[in-house]
Amino acid sequence: MLPTYDRRELAAIFCGGIVGALARTGLAQAFPATAHTWPWATFAVNVVGAFMLGYFVTRLQERLPTSAYKRPFLGTGLCGALTTFSTVQVELYQMVQVHAWGLAVGYTAATLAVSFLAIAAATAVVRRVRTVL
Amino acid sequence: MTVGTWILVGLLGGTGSVARFVIDGLIGERAGGPFPWGTFIVNLSGAALLGGLVGAAVSGNGLILAGTATLGSYTTLSTWMLETHRLGQNAQLMVAGVNLVASLLVGFAAAAGGHAVGAAL
Repeated sequence: MLPTYDRRELAAIFCGGIVGALARTGLAQAFPATAHTWPWATFAVNVVGAFMLGYFVTRLQERLPTSAYKRPFLGTGLCGALTTFSTVQVELYQMVQVHAWGLAVGYTAATLAVSFLAIAAATAVVRRVRTVL
Repeated sequence: MTVGTWILVGLLGGTGSVARFVIDGLIGERAGGPFPWGTFIVNLSGAALLGGLVGAAVSGNGLILAGTATLGSYTTLSTWMLETHRLGQNAQLMVAGVNLVASLLVGFAAAAGGHAVGAAL
């Protein structure tokens, strides 16, 4: 049985998803990559989106009273759609297919490390502000 | 790309995001435990489907709409990383590590498997 959903929450996610998808698709069109080149568009949206999600979630959970629709719009919708897992995996698969091993390993390591550090940095920024104020 | 195509990109991106939220919720509430099964399953299924599209040689606007817009928005890297970070902060290092490595490896296998299936169609 399906649970009942808050339609305004779904609408907030939908609207955030529109913005995230347009931004990511626009960058992917502007900076196309091949199996032999670094996918700058995907890398950039994933790192920026990770920083933004870390910032929004920490701030909305720990710093401000929770507004019902900010988290679904900014987090689940915008950051969720701006960043992408499936594209990264298919890019890696295509790099491996053309035996671009160094590129595949470097892209994997950089994506994981930099996006993780972006979340950690955004979290620390919000928490530091909280302790100061 | 025409204005109409861009409008579809937005609408499909919104739809993919809502699908992620609904499926993540349905899986998460059944799974229980600290492992983020919802995001894991969403990302694996999206990687397999995108692999399938590419394997089936879908290209041009078809790939942009079904792949980049829909599946790109359905799957998420930021939530995967956020959940891994929060697990680590809660001293659940083993679960965090498994989430990181398993999503990466199984996600790659899903993309490769989807590609093989798509190519065979």
